[in-house]
Amino acid sequence: MILFLIKGLWRDRSRSLMPVLVVAIGVMLTVWMHAYITGFMGDTIEMNAKFSNGHVKVMSKAYAENMDLLPIDLALTDVSKLQATLKMNNPDMEWAARIQFGGLIDVPDEKGETRSQGPSIGFGIDLLSPGSKEAERMNITNSIVRGKLPAQAGEVLLSEHFARKLEAEIGEAVTLISTDMNGSMIMYNFIVSGTVSFGVEIMDRGSVIADIEDVRMALNMHDAAGEILGFFGEGFYENGRAMQMADAFNAANTQSEDEFSPVMKSLSQQGSMGQYVMMAEVWSLYISLIFVFAMSLVLWNAGLLGGLRRYGEIGIRLAMGEEKGHVYRSMIYESVFIGIAGSIVGTALGLFLAWLIQTYGIDISGMMEGASMMMPTVIRARITPVDFYIGFIPGLISTVIGTMLSGIGIYKRQTARLFKELEA
Amino acid sequence: MENQSIITIENLVKRFPMGKDSFTALKNINLKFGTGEFTGLIGPSGSGKTTLLNILGSLDVPTEGKAYVLGKSIGSLTTKEAAHLRKESLGFIFQSYNLLQVHTVFENVEFPLLLLKYAKSVRHKMVMDALEWVGLTEKVHSKPPQLSGGECQRVAIARAMVKKPSLVLADEPTANLDAANSHHILKTMETLNRELNTTFIFATHDEKVISYLRRKIYLLDGRVDKDEIIRINQNERS
Repeated sequence: MILFLIKGLWRDRSRSLMPVLVVAIGVMLTVWMHAYITGFMGDTIEMNAKFSNGHVKVMSKAYAENMDLLPIDLALTDVSKLQATLKMNNPDMEWAARIQFGGLIDVPDEKGETRSQGPSIGFGIDLLSPGSKEAERMNITNSIVRGKLPAQAGEVLLSEHFARKLEAEIGEAVTLISTDMNGSMIMYNFIVSGTVSFGVEIMDRGSVIADIEDVRMALNMHDAAGEILGFFGEGFYENGRAMQMADAFNAANTQSEDEFSPVMKSLSQQGSMGQYVMMAEVWSLYISLIFVFAMSLVLWNAGLLGGLRRYGEIGIRLAMGEEKGHVYRSMIYESVFIGIAGSIVGTALGLFLAWLIQTYGIDISGMMEGASMMMPTVIRARITPVDFYIGFIPGLISTVIGTMLSGIGIYKRQTARLFKELEA
Repeated sequence: MENQSIITIENLVKRFPMGKDSFTALKNINLKFGTGEFTGLIGPSGSGKTTLLNILGSLDVPTEGKAYVLGKSIGSLTTKEAAHLRKESLGFIFQSYNLLQVHTVFENVEFPLLLLKYAKSVRHKMVMDALEWVGLTEKVHSKPPQLSGGECQRVAIARAMVKKPSLVLADEPTANLDAANSHHILKTMETLNRELNTTFIFATHDEKVISYLRRKIYLLDGRVDKDEIIRINQNERS
């Protein structure tokens, strides 16, 4: 009997191939959409993490309270020791000290007089230590428009837009005019090694990027840093884990009476990022649920139609003496088979599409010109463990439920009408 | 050939609800059918022949009275018992063949035997025997769309007969066939009736079928109008 049913299923393409295709397409779209939304939302978070927030960030308590002002006078001291402790306690994380500072960049003429001048936001990051991942993390190498990365002390990168505005050329000297950690005015000369463009307005407007040791030298910040950024080894932000880590660190290290004691904040605890993280999680969930629901309706309907289309065949089987329960169960077994086959095929296709977008991305840099928000210029999907099973909700469950509902008709069917129905 | 009774109908009434009222399709029917009969329920549309065929086929139940088929009271059977009776002892032939389109001739005929859980070798022999009765052994691997209407109905007859049921119920079996095919089908059924002693009951108003019947039960407005037994000389029929 099982072989008889399998033969029928195999030969009747409208009973097997078509439903499997419908389920596979629905599941593929569900999986792909979930990975895409997760990736898109996650990319924006990751971009902010890499450029500014880290997955967690350690600062002095006072610095954290005035973070928007970039108060280098409230920076952490004995950073190498603190960084070593962080590394020891969290060996699976990467830690990077950074200094963000404000100042003026002055471009002198051949006589040493100011030729042009403009306000800038500076980043002191570890560019020169062997094995440092900071240049890669901030995608600096790929963002160079002219020149090259700083290869030695005293070299600096300017944003392309800023360099053109100042008419600063590669190899020219520029002077940073700012205040040091103690509040004294400083002037420090750099050589422009290159220009960068991140495709993000907020970063391209007036950025200066130099090696952290140069910045320490310029701002008299020996073994100090405004902040130490921590990144999860897997490369993706996990809010729960970051919050837990911050709570544990603060309970052990933060002292209420010492405003220079270190405090750790998760990405979601910094500025408006908390709202974004929450929005990303909620919207990702909502969009996925809506999509899963919509696909469930489609596949449910397909299951119903499949059941109704076989009205005649079922009538014959009932007239021949097959029990209603047996017919009903055989229909459900078929739908389970179709649901599983379609879900496996659909999940594989959806994961493949998601992998392509995760690996190669979709370049939307042309649409992002002038954006004031830090958003990725390449959208990438992100495959998570959920993607391996989320498609089975519409694929298997909805198909089977659709068949079960349509199959109830078997029990409601009056055998007394079989002759009439089968003559129709 | 026709001897002991396999169907007994006593004071059978069948009503169908129609809004607040009801429509009486069968009124006080009393009939007996013996083994090996070749009988027709004859009458115009609405006379109650299909309703009676439904009750005899355990597809419906009487509103009043009794209908015993192979010793079983149709009105007291559960759905499961009714299905069991159909599976074990009844064969059905429909006007529009109702073959399973994606299955071969062999598989269509084999289906009732699968429900009876016969062994593969037994099934094979029984199916081939049934196809031989209807002259379709050459078409075992064909599928219904590849067959003519007459061939399809012969497959349906083989399917109804393969388990050698005690009773075959046929509702307008020749309605979709031309004269030549109708005679061929009716001769086949007549031969099977004679050789296997299977009771055939037809619901029909087709003169071709009526000419083959050995008992004609005329129904009119839900009542038995006339019940006549015919003795036919087989040699007279072409």
